[in-house]
Amino acid sequence: MSEQIPTTPPNPILAHFPDSVTIDERKGYSGYIVKPETLIGFASFLRDKLGYDYLSSITGVDYYPEDKLEVVYHAFKSTGGSAVVFKTQTPRENATVPSLVPLYTGAEFQEREAWDLFGIRFEGHPDLRRIMMWEGFAGHPLRKDWREPFFEEDVKPYKSRSPEGHAYRIEDKNPFHNNVAYPAGFDPTTLTDDSETLIYAGLAKAVHPDGTLKTDSVVINLGPQHPSTHGVFRMAATLDGETIVDLKPVMGYLHRNHEKIGERNTWVGNMPYTDRLDYLSQMSNNFGYAITVEKLTGAKPPERAEYLRVIMAELTRICNHLMAIGTLINDLGVYFTGMLYALEERELILDIFEAVTGARMMNNYFRFGGVVRDLPEGVLERIKGIVFERLPRKIDELDIYVTGNEIIKERCLGVGVLTPEQAISCSVTGPVLRASGVPYDVRRAEPYGIYERFDFDIPVRYHGDTYDRYLIRMDEIRQSTCIVQQAVTSIPEGPVLAGKPQYIVRVPPGESYGRVEGPKGELGFYIVSNGKPNPWRYHVRAPSLINLTPLAAMCRGHKIADVVIILGSIDIVLGETDR
Amino acid sequence: MYGFGIVKSLFLALKHFFITYWDDLKFGRKRYKTQEGIAHRSSKDARGIFTIQYPEEKLPSPEEFRFTPFLLYEEGPNGEKSERCTSCGICAKVCPPQCIWIVRSMDPVTGKPIPAPAEFYIDVDICMNCGSCAEYCPFDAIKMDHDYELAVYDRRYTLYDKAKLLKPVSYYASIRPTNYEQEEKARKEAEAAKAAAKAAKAAPSA
Repeated sequence: MSEQIPTTPPNPILAHFPDSVTIDERKGYSGYIVKPETLIGFASFLRDKLGYDYLSSITGVDYYPEDKLEVVYHAFKSTGGSAVVFKTQTPRENATVPSLVPLYTGAEFQEREAWDLFGIRFEGHPDLRRIMMWEGFAGHPLRKDWREPFFEEDVKPYKSRSPEGHAYRIEDKNPFHNNVAYPAGFDPTTLTDDSETLIYAGLAKAVHPDGTLKTDSVVINLGPQHPSTHGVFRMAATLDGETIVDLKPVMGYLHRNHEKIGERNTWVGNMPYTDRLDYLSQMSNNFGYAITVEKLTGAKPPERAEYLRVIMAELTRICNHLMAIGTLINDLGVYFTGMLYALEERELILDIFEAVTGARMMNNYFRFGGVVRDLPEGVLERIKGIVFERLPRKIDELDIYVTGNEIIKERCLGVGVLTPEQAISCSVTGPVLRASGVPYDVRRAEPYGIYERFDFDIPVRYHGDTYDRYLIRMDEIRQSTCIVQQAVTSIPEGPVLAGKPQYIVRVPPGESYGRVEGPKGELGFYIVSNGKPNPWRYHVRAPSLINLTPLAAMCRGHKIADVVIILGSIDIVLGETDR
Repeated sequence: MYGFGIVKSLFLALKHFFITYWDDLKFGRKRYKTQEGIAHRSSKDARGIFTIQYPEEKLPSPEEFRFTPFLLYEEGPNGEKSERCTSCGICAKVCPPQCIWIVRSMDPVTGKPIPAPAEFYIDVDICMNCGSCAEYCPFDAIKMDHDYELAVYDRRYTLYDKAKLLKPVSYYASIRPTNYEQEEKARKEAEAAKAAAKAAKAAPSA
């Protein structure tokens, strides 16, 4: 994985840290193992001397049999290239690792997640609270010895299903109370949930210089049930009059522990679950998971499948951006007219997905080493009709409808500015990053699939405000249309799946991090296999979650009505934020 | 000029409004509630109104459309049913949410298993409509249905048993003609190859 730094003696990392950094020599693994006490020094060396300024993914792995927890970091250069992977290990009891938030602000949510789900305490983290579960929740769900209510077996397939599968509903056999393991000496009257107090305590209050009129700071909650949040997302904000003083995003309302479910599933059985992460860009999720597993199995998709993957992923991007633009216009108060114009085009693309995959949204189309099935008869012509005739015309129409509209300009220009430095340090990706003037796109930075073969631009805008984040999505729709046009004209004939369809996939032991440029940003999958039919660790680096890191900074000083459009311009889907 | 952008936006919305009625006049009655009208309104040439007025109108389901799984049986000449399922349990193994339950048949005399399901349950509440069972079934015995109107008054009706799941092969051939033809062709070829192999094996000894 780390081709850019030689692992042989003139390795600058090993030369600089001769005693405390070693190369990870486990079979199938790569990168460096850093001792916790040198982690900060190592990370600052990596960032300041070697230019790895963009910390993409942080996650924990529970090596239960060896009684240790590992924290895995993937750092990239914002100019492109492959990752430097570094890990640090800590015993499972009192797991403590220094926090990297002072160096990379983007670590904030991911470290909170690792604390919440693995119980790894990050020393020096400014706001180490649980992020998905509530304060007072017993245990850390992603640890291998933690069991959920209605627990049946560690891994699927469950033995009770066949050949002696007498069907029952789990709640009849195992009613509530019998399926929950309470800690020893548990007394519900002593249960405290201080999540709320902690959220409000962390919010900054308005500061008034002497001589001005003093008003009270008002704390209000936007959400979790609020139409502007596009799901169950909550923002706790302090207001000075109408101006935002401070804001904290609160998530976890849609948390279902996707990663734990993923570790119970078989490798193939996990594919339909990835559709449900970001349910507006299903094919990209499929793509990311497929290439990550293919890195370990070595399966190589045939040519036609590669083209189909690109066509589907780019159509998904168009769908997603249309939805993002539509809802942004909706948030601005143009109730439904603009949104429905955008949805019309999305609808035609969903019709194509339905004809090819069988479902409009939950496609489950990719397999390791190809795709499920070829295009049915006549679908290629329909795709051509859409990308050559209809979309260019309709996007121009939408452009006329929105871009020049003075009300939208007044509302969006200069609102929620994100500087490039902030964006990189917050590990922001996707259109939000490129609207801030950083031309970083995984399709170019570390090409996957057959993206090198297509001629397309990476659109960049330089103001970093809400209006630019809207414009960049318009640009990307045009570029994606262009990619699909090239792909449908040059798609070869042939098989679409390497080898026979297999429901048990042999994945060799090892780790793998695959990433794709999803419509919302860099969608990464980190998997660890131990050679069994189920993943040992399955982690999703969710762009929707990490892009929220600079939300408070973007909102400060703006009016409360602007929060709605700033959030709309980040474009999150809660299925992916909360997982 | 300031405000011109708004005027352009409003003009565009007005255009959409008029086009709807213009196309109504142009196509007349066949624009609504006919297959032709629905097909046109969901094609790349659609203008104006886009909505399909469910349930009066329904979008035709494409062949690959999948909803819940069902089991296939062959119809004999005298109306007897022979199930294709051999209760091998592959569908229950691949099912990601584990909603398939199979009880294998036992021969009452010898007590040995026979390749047919005694019971077959699918909990359609849990089913995620992924189509893996149909994809990996080696006997083409389980397929995905097109029927999406499954609303019932009580949750106990959503646990489908074998009687509810079994549908004839002719129904399958009517909803998925292309797939059916391909499978029949592959089956005939496989049978022919098997017969040829048997004949080749039998020939030297005879």
